[in-house]
Amino acid sequence: MLRRRVLAGLFTAALLATAGCSGSGDSGGDVTLTYGVWDKNQVPAMEKIATEFTKAHPTVKVKVELTPNKEYWTKLQTAVTGGSAPDVFWMNAPRFGLYASSGVLAPMDSKADLSKYPKSLVDTYNWQGRQYALPKDFDTIGLWYNKALFDAAGVKYPDETWTWETLTEAAKKLTDPAKGQFGIAAPAYSQENYYNTIFQSGGTVVSADRKKSGYEDPATVKGLQFWVDLINRHKVSPTVKQMSDTEPTQLFTSGKVAMMYGGSWEAVGFAKDDALKGKIDVAVLPRGDKRAVVIHGLGNVVYAKSKHPKEALEFATFLGSEQAHRIQAETGTVIPAYEGTQATWVGAMPQYQLKAFLDELPYAVAYPISKNTAGWADQERKLLPLAWDGSRDLPGVAKELATAMNAALAKE
Amino acid sequence: MTATESRVADAVTRAPGWLARLGGSGGAGRRPRGDWPWAYLMIAPTGLGLAVFYLWPVVQTVYFSFTEWGAFGGHTWVGFANYTTLFQDPAVGQALRNTFVYSGLVLLGVPLSIVLAVLLNTPKLRGVSVYRTLYFLPVVTMPAAVAMLWRWIYNGDYGLLNYGLSLFGVDGPYWVSDGRVVLYAMAVVGVWTLIGYNAVIFLAGLQGIPQHYYEAAAIDGAGRVRQFFSITLPLLSPSIFFVTVLTVIGSLQMFDLIYMMMDRGNPALTDNRTIVYLFYEAAFVDNRRGYAACIAVVLLAVILTLTVVQFRLQKKWVHYE
Repeated sequence: MLRRRVLAGLFTAALLATAGCSGSGDSGGDVTLTYGVWDKNQVPAMEKIATEFTKAHPTVKVKVELTPNKEYWTKLQTAVTGGSAPDVFWMNAPRFGLYASSGVLAPMDSKADLSKYPKSLVDTYNWQGRQYALPKDFDTIGLWYNKALFDAAGVKYPDETWTWETLTEAAKKLTDPAKGQFGIAAPAYSQENYYNTIFQSGGTVVSADRKKSGYEDPATVKGLQFWVDLINRHKVSPTVKQMSDTEPTQLFTSGKVAMMYGGSWEAVGFAKDDALKGKIDVAVLPRGDKRAVVIHGLGNVVYAKSKHPKEALEFATFLGSEQAHRIQAETGTVIPAYEGTQATWVGAMPQYQLKAFLDELPYAVAYPISKNTAGWADQERKLLPLAWDGSRDLPGVAKELATAMNAALAKE
Repeated sequence: MTATESRVADAVTRAPGWLARLGGSGGAGRRPRGDWPWAYLMIAPTGLGLAVFYLWPVVQTVYFSFTEWGAFGGHTWVGFANYTTLFQDPAVGQALRNTFVYSGLVLLGVPLSIVLAVLLNTPKLRGVSVYRTLYFLPVVTMPAAVAMLWRWIYNGDYGLLNYGLSLFGVDGPYWVSDGRVVLYAMAVVGVWTLIGYNAVIFLAGLQGIPQHYYEAAAIDGAGRVRQFFSITLPLLSPSIFFVTVLTVIGSLQMFDLIYMMMDRGNPALTDNRTIVYLFYEAAFVDNRRGYAACIAVVLLAVILTLTVVQFRLQKKWVHYE
């Protein structure tokens, strides 16, 4: 009978589909964990760590699952909603609050020694007194500069004595409108730019109890004004329009700007660029009223609904171990978070004074977050460029941002 | 052959008969009710697909627009709260205005497509298939690649467009970062991507116009221009109607160009968002899924209204042969 055959066929297909979804072999006591990551460059290191883990735990295999950054969070959120997220996955600070507060993550009650990691990173992944991740790596911001342009203008290279004033004066000397050359790039980027100067002028982004915006504080506005002045008053930076057409990094690598605030993660890309060979270096950030730099790092978290909670926790603990961090350091892609493993990273690219990124650790401030960071970070992205652009005045924009942010925080 | 299989064969051989009756011609004659289940079975795969992937989500979206969502599922009924917020949100009014402006600008591309199609339809045009391919290429190009390409062209400092303008002593703006021009710049890209597709539809329409009309008109002394307005345009009106409806629906959903061409820190983004961009922000950036569903429902209502109006108006200007 045709009908019966069709039905049988449909059934088989449905069964196969179901099997396909849940096919993470539980047979024979062997366990396969999935590990969600988003950076292609780090996959080899992650796989090496997974292999090392399997050596110590022969019955547990780990499959590294790569999702490009742009889709990672959308996919993860859908997977969590459907109850099928990876057993262990990468987490960043802005998203952490949302995941931890929704009970998506399993607490990391491991015996790992938390004093081996930078404190601000450990604190970032602490939610209401419980630790949810061991730090994986970290990044700080440094002042990248073009030595060739400094030499040509006869300006001394940046060092730890620099202040906002030194920077501004140097930028003036390095600006040459005739050549379309600017002293510095001053984009409206949070982590790379204005978070650092906000903390340096004694301001805050979000209050310690994460209930109130810091944008009403004059000290915070001072940290923002620094960048607006570089563009509109001193005219030593390209305009926001120019920088949204051509990214600051691109302007820097093509010698159109002499300095930029950039993350430690830029080092790998710069090192690969032959045209930059011997031309650039990095220094600690110039100080404002005080020294500060924003620090951010990833954490490895365990999915609360993992089918293999014990093994997942073991793997996550291993990911936080000295051995795992040493493997990461050798690739040079990120600064490992475990104490004493950073020297390997610094040594990976001896042409730059990468030590600057570590020298900043004693005064590093944690990346500002709340439960739903995305809710107000989006407002920063939308409003602040209007002040950078000069189309609206900064105090007014800051006030509007504070109001919008307070409303978002009140809903959390 | 089993009984069922023979019935299939039977239904297939008789198909032209009932198809004709479906069309309404013939009228008289026995209606073979036994065939209807088979007809439904044949369209079931498409019908089910439509129901499951298109109709059901629409129903769900309408339902979700009355709820508030947690970041990871779980929703609570909030009544009309989302709609109240929406109608008080100045960003929504602005986004609707931007969307309509963009849509209106893209519609200007329709006459262009007609002219292009007429040119491509010129008899004895050499290399006609090369031209057709060239104009159709943007349609089959990935939106991401299109956006990249136009970002280079539009770049304020190093772009091709401003270089071209500088040769005439004109200092061009930052096309995708200047709030005053960005919608126009986007619309040009929108027209550019659509023109080939629309032209192909018009081309098909043109080739359906019998040649003897033109011959008769020529004998009566009508020139090329007169022929175009008195024969081509009226007889092409069904295609024009079709293309206009599709263009309106498509352009009201503009999102990808903004998403791909305007990065973080772009000062023009805030005031030039379209309604679908607003939807994207609510759903995937701010985690306000219920509100996002609400925006989607409003957009659906807008598109539906405009389409109904277009269908009403068509009686006045569309000529079917």
